[in-house]
Amino acid sequence: MRGEILTGTYFAQGDWACAEGAIAAGCRFFAGYPITPASEIMERMALRLPQVGGDFVQFEDEIASMAAVVGASYAGVKAMTATSGPGLSLMAENIGLALMTEAPCVVADIMRGGPSTGQPTMAAQGDLMQARWLTHGDYEVIALAPASVQEMFDLTVEAFNLAERYRLPVLLLADGLVGQMYDKLAIPETDRIRVESRKKPTVGPGDYLPFQADDSLVPAMACFGEGYHFHATGLTHDECGYPDMSPEGQSRLVTRLCAKVRDRAIMRVDTYHLEDAEVAVVAYGIVARSARRAVDLARERRLRAGLLRLAMVWPFPAQLLDSLSRRLKAILVPEMNCGQLVHEVRGAARGCPVHSLPKPGPIPHSAQEILEAMEKVKI
Amino acid sequence: MSREKIKFPLDGLLRRDRFPHLWCQGCGLGIILGAFCRAVQEADIDLDRLVVISGIGCAARLPGYLNCDSFHATHGRAIPLASGAKIANPDLKVVVIGGDGDLFAIGGNHFLHAARRNIEISVICSNNLNYGMTGGQQGPTTPLQALTKTTPFGNWEEPLNLVELAAAAGAAYVARWTVTHTQRLTRSLKKGLEKEGFAFIEVVSPCPAIYGEMNEQGSAWQMWEELEVVSRIQDSILPSEASFDLHERIICGEFIDRERVGYTLRLRQNRNMARQEVLAGYG
Repeated sequence: MRGEILTGTYFAQGDWACAEGAIAAGCRFFAGYPITPASEIMERMALRLPQVGGDFVQFEDEIASMAAVVGASYAGVKAMTATSGPGLSLMAENIGLALMTEAPCVVADIMRGGPSTGQPTMAAQGDLMQARWLTHGDYEVIALAPASVQEMFDLTVEAFNLAERYRLPVLLLADGLVGQMYDKLAIPETDRIRVESRKKPTVGPGDYLPFQADDSLVPAMACFGEGYHFHATGLTHDECGYPDMSPEGQSRLVTRLCAKVRDRAIMRVDTYHLEDAEVAVVAYGIVARSARRAVDLARERRLRAGLLRLAMVWPFPAQLLDSLSRRLKAILVPEMNCGQLVHEVRGAARGCPVHSLPKPGPIPHSAQEILEAMEKVKI
Repeated sequence: MSREKIKFPLDGLLRRDRFPHLWCQGCGLGIILGAFCRAVQEADIDLDRLVVISGIGCAARLPGYLNCDSFHATHGRAIPLASGAKIANPDLKVVVIGGDGDLFAIGGNHFLHAARRNIEISVICSNNLNYGMTGGQQGPTTPLQALTKTTPFGNWEEPLNLVELAAAAGAAYVARWTVTHTQRLTRSLKKGLEKEGFAFIEVVSPCPAIYGEMNEQGSAWQMWEELEVVSRIQDSILPSEASFDLHERIICGEFIDRERVGYTLRLRQNRNMARQEVLAGYG
């Protein structure tokens, strides 16, 4: 239908771009609850989804929203929700359900200051570890970290593709500044946008085991109403989907759920002047933009600086950090929180010292602040 | 269909490999399962389109025994999950089965709003007056003064009248039965399946192994007999007057059966409006 993907160039808001990215990726169901600074995503979806044959529902809370997303995903429709820290906390249990039942879906978290109500209209990057260890139990997650309005579009499309490929909830972890800022957005032609869909069963209902995976470790997904009469449960389950309380059952399922992400070396990073760098900055989101400028300023002062920008924060590129650290003198980790990513970097980068540059928000680091810190750590 | 293949009339509706079931002796859930299967048969529901969704608890294990698509979700969240499925594919026949704690304590808010929206799902509540799966704690329908594991000196909280709540929130169909009313219950479940709106059916179901034991209600047989004795059928009474006194009088019947526009129908109207605007805009 005309108008499904609004190809063109815009001066757009990050949240708006996220909504358009979702529609371009084939999302046709959105459930959510108002929350600053993410509400513009749902407002855009409320307008756009019915135009393209989808449905938007404002639920009674974030718990219901996330449950509805899982239900819609199992009914065969690409589904998402969007929220901020307090809402993400409420979604935790049903994000766990989506992980356990392998329901592909996308959760956008537009980060504000916390804990608790915190600073609703202000930006922060305090949900990094929450995104990784949101729900109880053992699992692996995928979280993308856009740093621009364009990436709010591009990485939302990518989030849906990853969710469909690996059958799990994928987080779009954007700080409030990236969600709220206006910048140039280019929406490509429809045929230039790569869209993936979940693998469907190739066998009939009699031979279908809903949670039996091939070498990809990702089972083919039948949906409600397709005649497969399958059972899905948040309990530990066997290949048939039936509850399995045995030690082997727990080990088999949880190991596969972790391995389907761990074994794939999923990674998305940008490097900037890292080839000959002595000092590297590791950053994501809005802070990575200041860091890039800081690298330029440092190079003007003949300080060999570089940047590793994480466009995907989870899984964390530990091996890359380790090898990188062996040819660096120091790593600096500026982030808009009291120090979260730095622990992950320290754990991986064993070849050089790792320094933290925390700033709890709402104002991101300036390039000057990062530059000064780089000059200090270099010594 | 040879005799060897079909051994029981409900075989086609059940996952035979899942039996024996996990419910205690004297529990009412087997009757509810049987009545639900008969209602599905009588309403001639296509099993390929039927989805039964539950949260957590004894009743929430029921969908696992049904030969259709089934989903066992998180505690209290079956209704929003079912809403998402129904909205995403309105051709599905979506049913939620749960207990009183699952649907009205942890999940109470979702019940309220699903009834308000009048989404076209059937919600069946097996009301056994306590949390059975976790060992017999007090719940939102536990009678005053009843003994439970968390009310060792008696329950001091007024129980909820589920049918009154459902009616006030806007449900299109509201009924209450006990497991001793198998024929009427089956008819009611069938009506719920056929209703193009939010249908709520409460089924009072004895829990002799836990609740009965703690409250010295005698054997399972005695509990079932008492249910039959105290229940009175009074259709069309105001739901607010459908009183529930476990040992004196439980008013049963069909309290609400009204026409309201279903939610997915309204969403279709919403899409039509949106598309007309797009067509006009792109004209």
